[in-house]
Amino acid sequence: MGASAINIVIGGEAGQGLVTVGEFLSRALVRAGYAIVVTQDYQSRIRGGHNTFAIRADSGPVTAPTEAIDLLVALSAETLDIHKASLTARGLAVADAAVGLGGLPGLAVPYKELSPRPLYENMAALGVLGALLCLDPAWITGLVREKFASKGEAVVAANTAVFQAALAWAAAQQASFACLPPPPRRGKRLMLHGNEAIALGGLAAGVDFCSFYPMTPGTSVIQACIDHADRLGTVCEQAEDEIAALIMALGASYAGARPLVSTSGGGFALMVEGVSLAGMLETPVTIVVAQRPGPATGLPTRTEQADLDLVLHAGHGEFPRAVFAPGTVEQCFHLAHKAVDTAERFQSPVFLLTDQFLADSYRDVAPFDLDALPPVPRPLTDVADPGGYERYAVTDSGVSPRLVPGLCPATVVCDSDEHTPDGHITEDLAVRRTMQDKRMRKAAGLAAAALPPDVHGDPDGATLLACWGSTLGAALEAAECLRQRGEKAAVLHFGQVWPLVPDAFLPVLARAARTVMVEGNGVGQLARLLRRETGAVFDGLVTRYDGLPFTAAYILERL
Amino acid sequence: MVTESDYGEFETAWCPGCGNFSIRQAVVRALVELGLPPHKVVFSSGIGQAAKAPHYIRVNTFNGLHGRSLPAATGIKLANPELTVFAESGDGCSYGEGGNHFLAAIRRNIDITAIVHDNQVYGLTKGQASPTTPKGQITKTQPHGAPSNAFNPVAVAVAMGAGFVARGFAGAIDHLAGLIVAGVRHPGFSLIDVLQPCVSFNKVNTFAWYKQRCYELGDDHDPTDPRAAMERANEWGERIPIGVLWRSDRPAFAAGAVAPLAGRETAMGRLREIVDGYA
Repeated sequence: MGASAINIVIGGEAGQGLVTVGEFLSRALVRAGYAIVVTQDYQSRIRGGHNTFAIRADSGPVTAPTEAIDLLVALSAETLDIHKASLTARGLAVADAAVGLGGLPGLAVPYKELSPRPLYENMAALGVLGALLCLDPAWITGLVREKFASKGEAVVAANTAVFQAALAWAAAQQASFACLPPPPRRGKRLMLHGNEAIALGGLAAGVDFCSFYPMTPGTSVIQACIDHADRLGTVCEQAEDEIAALIMALGASYAGARPLVSTSGGGFALMVEGVSLAGMLETPVTIVVAQRPGPATGLPTRTEQADLDLVLHAGHGEFPRAVFAPGTVEQCFHLAHKAVDTAERFQSPVFLLTDQFLADSYRDVAPFDLDALPPVPRPLTDVADPGGYERYAVTDSGVSPRLVPGLCPATVVCDSDEHTPDGHITEDLAVRRTMQDKRMRKAAGLAAAALPPDVHGDPDGATLLACWGSTLGAALEAAECLRQRGEKAAVLHFGQVWPLVPDAFLPVLARAARTVMVEGNGVGQLARLLRRETGAVFDGLVTRYDGLPFTAAYILERL
Repeated sequence: MVTESDYGEFETAWCPGCGNFSIRQAVVRALVELGLPPHKVVFSSGIGQAAKAPHYIRVNTFNGLHGRSLPAATGIKLANPELTVFAESGDGCSYGEGGNHFLAAIRRNIDITAIVHDNQVYGLTKGQASPTTPKGQITKTQPHGAPSNAFNPVAVAVAMGAGFVARGFAGAIDHLAGLIVAGVRHPGFSLIDVLQPCVSFNKVNTFAWYKQRCYELGDDHDPTDPRAAMERANEWGERIPIGVLWRSDRPAFAAGAVAPLAGRETAMGRLREIVDGYA
């Protein structure tokens, strides 16, 4: 993060269009070549309240949000009050002239004069921002054309006119603001948030069935699948509840679909019986749990990383599983693909733990190389000996040949009760032992295929910041700040939190001078897991559970 | 040519004299009449003695969790429309634990045939009141009588304009087989509520009790007349009608796959265009 990084915060009431302004500006910045990290903070209400859309942009890489505000775009008077203390020395406020700036430096914009209809005030705001940032107007006018083309040339022209008028007005004010330095020429970048990337990763792995019950912040994964369902032929069904959503996915999986289910902690709590069923039926299913603060309904629209324990232990009885936790939007894509692949390969429930921050965080990423993705195995549609087919044939790997029913003369029998290799209910306790051993043997395969944590920087004699999931960006920036102060610092990031690969990280922990776990919950759930599984004890723990994402400043203050 | 022997013979865990045996017989007879080979049929079931039924017929079987036969069946049908999908379970499973799924299946009108073994008691857990136990009937866990009104599944289904609503009796096997055949042929959700005695735990609604009361609906009943359907659905006491109570031509749920998803490759070209669209 160079000194050139700028943090633009657009704040206002829900329904005022701040997300529209934010998304337009973000996309224009990405197309112009800047790197971005977006943080969306919103209240659990449809209209009113106070929400923000924060864009941290830089001509170099940027990995995490920050608290300090360089450009505060206030759509309501409340926004000015709430955020004025965070304005940097060079910071400017942009507000409606009718509201005033409350004594802050900046521009009081005559929105009523610039925009003939309130509907177009978003375009006026974009015009002012474009001028302040010295952004080539073509990036925004091009987007306006794309966005409104379907509504007709008149709408495009009206929006563009308001944008141009605001641009001209702002330029005439000669507001003193450091323009963004031009970015280096880069190849094409995509702009998408974590949940969109999870959806695309899943679709690239062949996901063709999505069932869900709406719950923030998990829904947008399925929303992205639904957006593309007509083109890809994906079957998407809103179930009557989360219980049905997961069981429906298991039924579909049994019948040969490749399912993706997405929810948040409270919805996942209802799905738990289905997780155990997936373990017993050995039916592949990928479940995205987008974490938010609990217990119970908690803070519905804020972020936390407190469902690791829940996901790790969800389901009665013992059965193998894998849990992934992407740290970036790129990882959301790749780990979603990996999760689906793992579920299919090991015929097990597999989890992807994300959170509200990452779910709603737009980033710029290099285009995904779909051709480089490994192929995901398909279930069998035929077997040589239909009469002798056994769904749960006992194998060394624990993975049995999985046949899809209906496509060949064999029948496929599965049962939530303990069952014989051919799937029929049994109370033969020796068979129970054989089948439980068979299922648990998959744990070895899952461990062998598990991803080791990533080491960023040199851990020798360093302060090692360990983290998982979306905390990665803030930890990387904190480590960079330490290094700039002359301290040795490195980051250990777990993109997969189960099964663990102790050989891959215990030596790293041993080489560090000081180890600190940084995680978005109160008790240090991953730190406890590592201690229980490996005996590793961290020297320090930095936690956050106030509903907001980690920033480098937050971590550095607590080291 | 499909015969009864294609559906196999199995040792069961049912009590001697249980109504489940004759329901199994009716199901197999219906499958033969429909000419369905075992591998084209999937039975999704829940938990309880009735839910074990698919284990005693050679078919594709998804014997899942208590109350969840319908969501599993829905997922199966959505993933492969070429399968003939049944949900089969007891009254506690289908109307108690699975009540929300029952309502959702009627709303969706998905092309599934639900066969509910309705013995008005929980058998496997040894005799507690079920959703269809009449109010006041004494059970082991309701010593002062079942405290709540009985759930009337057929009246609820008729009220919601379900696709196909029938009531059968385990003591009328050929009649029941005919109802199952008609339910499968009906495009949309079909409920077949089957009255059956629980010889171990229901000492009120015995075989003789049903035998005395059940009568077959004749041609004078018009199953497309909502008023008549509701009257028959609510008839319970000295006389209990069995047969097709209600039938509608509501279109079946059509948001599933048009061919088995298992045989489909991902449209990578289209996905590539979609990914590029995020620029």
